[in-house]
Parts: sequence; structure tokens; C-alpha cells
Amino acid sequence: MKLILGLVLPLVLAMALTLLVGVQDAGLGNLWNALFVFDPADPAQVVIHSVRLPRLVAGCIAGAGLGMAGTIMQAVTRNPLADPGLLGVNAGAAFAVVVGALLLGSPDNGMIAALTFPGAALASVAVFLLGGARTGAAGPVRLTLAGVALNALLLSLISAVILARSEVLEVFRFWVTGSLAQANTRPLLAMTGTLVIGTGLALLAAPRIEALALGSALARGLGTRPARVQLVALAAITLMTGSAVAVAGPIAFLGLIVPPLSRRLSRHHLRREIFVSAVLGATIILLADTVGRLVVAPAEIRVGIMTALIGAPAFILVVRRLKPGALT
Amino acid sequence: MTHTGLETQSLTLAYRDRTVIRDLTLRIPDRCVTSILGPNGCGKSTLLKALARLIPPNGGQVRLAGEELSRIDTRALARRLAILPQSPKGPEGITVADLVRRGRTPWRGFLAPWSDEDARVCQLALEQVGLGDMAGRSIDELSGGQRQRAWIALVLAQDTPYLLLDEPTTWLDLSHQLEVLSLLQKRNRDHGTTVVTVLHDLNLAARFSDHLILLGPAGLVSEGTPDDVMTESNLQSAFGLKALVVPDPVTGRPMVVPH
Repeated sequence: MKLILGLVLPLVLAMALTLLVGVQDAGLGNLWNALFVFDPADPAQVVIHSVRLPRLVAGCIAGAGLGMAGTIMQAVTRNPLADPGLLGVNAGAAFAVVVGALLLGSPDNGMIAALTFPGAALASVAVFLLGGARTGAAGPVRLTLAGVALNALLLSLISAVILARSEVLEVFRFWVTGSLAQANTRPLLAMTGTLVIGTGLALLAAPRIEALALGSALARGLGTRPARVQLVALAAITLMTGSAVAVAGPIAFLGLIVPPLSRRLSRHHLRREIFVSAVLGATIILLADTVGRLVVAPAEIRVGIMTALIGAPAFILVVRRLKPGALT
Repeated sequence: MTHTGLETQSLTLAYRDRTVIRDLTLRIPDRCVTSILGPNGCGKSTLLKALARLIPPNGGQVRLAGEELSRIDTRALARRLAILPQSPKGPEGITVADLVRRGRTPWRGFLAPWSDEDARVCQLALEQVGLGDMAGRSIDELSGGQRQRAWIALVLAQDTPYLLLDEPTTWLDLSHQLEVLSLLQKRNRDHGTTVVTVLHDLNLAARFSDHLILLGPAGLVSEGTPDDVMTESNLQSAFGLKALVVPDPVTGRPMVVPH
């Protein structure tokens, strides 16, 4: 109970700040009106309703998605430094953006978002297949290696294209640092749906993922099928990360920083951990976004940069506290 | 000719081109403690893994209560037979109670709610391994012997009539080895659990087992009671070891004294 209050209160605060604070501060009264008795003629309400509210939703999708995906990723790979990006999701999404920009000229934001989710999904399917997940031969190490290899391949293809075509580079460089600023052009409803499906899969599979974290021999002795559990977990990770990248672009470090925090708070109960990661992830990204909008107002620092600024020192802290041997 | 127990029929096990077990037919007696013995590389652990269906046979079959192991549903098998692999590794910082809790995996349903029965069985398992008051401790803080007992509690919580353990005493000092083996023996006596272990120490095996399976480089050397199996000629053919077998002054069981 204390845990829930301690987590939900900051989230509510972060949400309120997202809606209220900005270039133009909105009062609480405007907030109430915009949410419940919306008047499209009032500019303050319009800002809240059609700019900040989508931003809030996108932040929740991206933050919760990356936080949960990171937690499941680290549980499945038994690696406290594993990032959901290792499955090639971000690289796949980036590649989709580049291909889209190349083929369609300069696509608008909505088009980019439509391309990133399938790009992300295809990339992680490729990682499953390369890593041998279908035959059950995939250990965490093989999957990670397959992810690293695919990442390198896609990034080199991306570099090849953006070096040659400056109009593609122009599209790519704005996409590649994640941001919530274009939230109102992104498919928020669809991505909420994919995130919910991913979360459902993860919650269902959680007890089996816990068994898998004891090693595949013991997991099989406990009546689970490691290959199948791994597949479900990876599908959940893909849905979650794909949703996040489609609404906000790549966000650095969130999937890496949230899991160790939530592990500490939820004592190895994976379902609790998933919930805690979702709340923490959303809180962090919303706060980072709000700070990014305030420090250089009226301009803004993109949230992908803010999370990296906060995340890198936090990550170093995590690495320094790791016990030797924790990676094996 | 259906049997109630765990048995192999013409079992052949191989890694790639190397056959480690060839055409082995044997029965694990029900409600007994059985130890599999033999020199390094003779296939003891391989045999144990095949008995638990962790590796598929290259020939022949393993049967449980007359049913071929590969035909039994995975979860149903996990409710009847538990295996503790050698030197298991858990998530960093997990507590004893949370580790043991995972032993209930095969008993939890689709949505996997946690029942009073689950809690009761876990508590019993913790008490049986003597860790009742350490449930909240992290396994990283435990001594080697306590940690191994925590892992045993996990498979006890699985609550199966068959319990297989791969070298449960490795890396433990003598008193902790005794501790682990006596708790397994007690579980066998109190619950009628069929216990199968792979052991290295011949004297401990003879002391705690009702039934021994002795493997040598060329396959099965002997099986039966410790008195039948622990003979000088059997040890010679399994280990190439010249040894004297004398009655253990404490238990009267056979004791091996190498020349």
C-alpha cells in the first residue's frame, strides 16, 4: 500500500505538471475545464487539450512501455545490463524511417509513426530467428549476439543512406532523438492498444518468466517450456518497445535504468515489478519532458536528450553497484 | 507388464557422436533413496537428465508408471517429478522465500493466483531444510550449505513423489554434505518420496542410499543394495581402483578404503 502511494503520487504530480506547465502556464481552472467542459474557443484550454494531453498520453505509453520492456528483457536474459533496444527494435524502427523517407520523399510525422512499428516488429522477428528462438536453441547469449549483429547491420545501412541523401538525413536526425513534441500527430490510440496487449502477455507469462530466470534446466523441471516462454516474453517486449518508439522515437536509457529501481522496490515478484516499472517509467519521462520544456523556454530540449542526461549518470551508478559475477 | 516406478528400457544416450549410455535397462525402486555412482565422464549426470526428460533418448525409452516420459504433458510431469540441476544459479539478491515460491510454478493455474496451499507447502519445505527462520534473507548472504538447502527447498516445494538431484553435495564440506543427505533421507522416510541423486562420495552414498547404480566406462557395472554393489571387484571394474571394502564402524554399511 505504501509502495503504491509512493509511486502513484509522483506519477500524478508529473502528469499534472505536464498539463499545467509550459511556455504558457495554465491555471488549475483551465485544466479542469479543458478536461471536462472543453471550450475550443479558449486558447489556454486548446493548448492543454490538443497539445499537452496528447503529450501526456504519449509520455505514458513510451515511459511505461520502455520501463516494462526493460524489466522483462533483463529477467529473460538474466542480464542486469540488457536493454530492450538489444532486440533490434530501435534499429528496426530507425531503418523503417530511413526507408520511408527515401521512398516517399519527406514523409510527415504521421507517416513516420506508421512505419516505425512494423519496422520494429520485423527487426525483432529477425533477431528471434537469427538467435534460434524458434527451435528453442536460443539462450540469452545467442539472442543478445543476434541483436547486436542486426543492430550493427541496420545502423550501417542507415549510415550509408543518410550520408548519400541529405533530405533523408534531415528527416532522420529529427526522429532519432526521441521527443514528445509531435505527440498529437502520432497514432496514440493504436499504440495504447498494442501496449495493453503486450502488458497482458507479460503479466500472464510472468510466473513462467520467473521460473526461466532460474536457468533453463530448472525451468523445464518446473514444467515450463523455455522456448515458448521466451517467445511470449519477446513478443511482449516487441509490442511494448514498438509502441514506445512509434509515439516518441527512440528514448535512451529508460529501459536500462527503470528495471534496477523497480527490482529493488518489488522484491523479485515479476508482476509487481512490471507494474512498478510502468509507473516509474512514465513518471521519469514526464518529468524529464517537463524539465526539458522549461529550462530553455520558449525552445525545448527533446526528451530523448533529457533522459540520456539523467540516465547516463544513473546507469554508471548501477554498473558500479553490480557485484562481480552478476552478469553470468 | 506395467510398472509403477521410474524405469529405463534399452536406453541409449549420446552427445553428438559420443555414446555415453548404451542399451541400459534398469528400474529405480519406488519410495527408496537411490544413488547413481561412477567415475567422471561415465554418464551419471546424463542418465539423471534423461530420467527427468531434460535430454531426449537417442534410443530406447524412459518410463514413469509405465508411460513413456516423452508422452507426458510437461506440466503434469513437473507435478510428479522434480529435478535440481548441478550448481543452480538464481537472480541476484532474491530472498529464500521468493526463491522457494518459484517451486510452485507447475501447480499454479493459467492466471497463476497464489493459494493458501502454495503458502503452506512452501513453509513446510523451508522447515524441512531447516531454513524456517531465514525466509527473508537474501540467498547471496547464505553460507554454501544454507544456499544448497534453499535450492532443495525449492524442489521440495514442487511437492512431487519423485525427486532427482544432480550432485547436491558438490562444493560442500563434510558436515554440510551429511546435513543435505540426511534431510533428503528424512523426506524419503516421512513422505515416501523417491529420491535419486548423483553422488561422487562412495561412502556417503553407501551410507544414505537404499539402492545404488554403479556405472563404469563401459556402462552399468552393478545395481542393487549397497552391500551387493560395493564390492572390491565392482569398484575395480568401475573405477579401476584397488580398494578394500570394510563395514563402516558407525552404520555397518560398506565402506571403501582405497589401497
